Amino acid sequence: MSDDPRDMESWILTTKIADYVAWGRKNSLWPMPMGLACCAIELMAMVAPRYDVARFGAEALRFSPRQADLMIVAGTVTKKMAPAVRRIFDQMPEPKWVIAMGACASSGGMFRTYSVTQGVDEIIPVDVYVPGCPPRPEALIEGIMQVQRLLDERARESRGAAPRSPATVAAR
Amino acid sequence: MSVIGKPVKRPEPRGFLANTYLPSVLKGMWITLRHMFRRKVTMQYPEESWRLPDGYRGLPALVKDDNDRVKCVACYLCQYVCPPKAIHIEAQEIGTGVEKGPRVFDINMLRCIMCGYCEEVCPEQAIFLTPEYRTVGLNREEMIFHKDKLLEMGGVRPDPIKKWARLTAPAAGGNPPRPAAPGVAR
Repeated sequence: MSDDPRDMESWILTTKIADYVAWGRKNSLWPMPMGLACCAIELMAMVAPRYDVARFGAEALRFSPRQADLMIVAGTVTKKMAPAVRRIFDQMPEPKWVIAMGACASSGGMFRTYSVTQGVDEIIPVDVYVPGCPPRPEALIEGIMQVQRLLDERARESRGAAPRSPATVAAR
Repeated sequence: MSVIGKPVKRPEPRGFLANTYLPSVLKGMWITLRHMFRRKVTMQYPEESWRLPDGYRGLPALVKDDNDRVKCVACYLCQYVCPPKAIHIEAQEIGTGVEKGPRVFDINMLRCIMCGYCEEVCPEQAIFLTPEYRTVGLNREEMIFHKDKLLEMGGVRPDPIKKWARLTAPAAGGNPPRPAAPGVAR
């Protein structure tokens, strides 16, 4: 226990409805598996028992965008696929987050080609970039944990609360 | 014309017991039950993780030698060989009259595919792939790693060749020592 008054939250439970909702959201992220290439294999490995993303509440992969709130773009987004990716993103209900998984989705990777979007952030807003070709499942879990942290911070910002101290963030 | 191969027959009609589906249900439940007593396979990731094998290819990084010198001599070979063109180098004189060094050395980690070609091609053994694989970024700019960050990631690797000692020491009979004045045309 530290003397930093911002850390009071670590031992007193006070809550606002926004925090409560954010707590629920962050522990039940339902990913939309936008698996477009080999990264999708690692995405599947992340959901499988060895890494078991159910421990983070994100095991319910929804193949209907209307039921998902986290889009994991895993793979090369070709120009031909880009309108479909954008449309699926538009169909997802707010609030929604996007992880660009792997080199291709993050920046185009080694496909510096006319037929490939140079990063999926050219068509949809990306919150977290996960480098790798493909990234290990652990790296993607790090990405999901980063989305959870972002979600928490945004909920606090929305009600004008001070950001958490680094010690509290690290403990979470 | 004769038919090659023998078509598969449909299975025989099942008996009354099989039609109640109970044997299959029990069989499935037995499998589930058996798995409950098996070894747990899940790795509790943030708390525990793999012990990576030697030579694991994670994010690349630059190294310094044991005299705190940047090993890279800005020869552009890694930039040339890099398949996704993730490396950007700008060279500068470093005042020794012998070698140059990188003024700018950027690696775009979102482009990098960790193939290890840069490590393989490097004549000075200045760039290595680290076991780091957990980095995630919030925007593209912060995932372009600059020289300072790459050197910090790479740390120190001892220089077994002692090239600098040979370049600056007086020659013992062989080639004459090269002039150490900068800006000499060669």
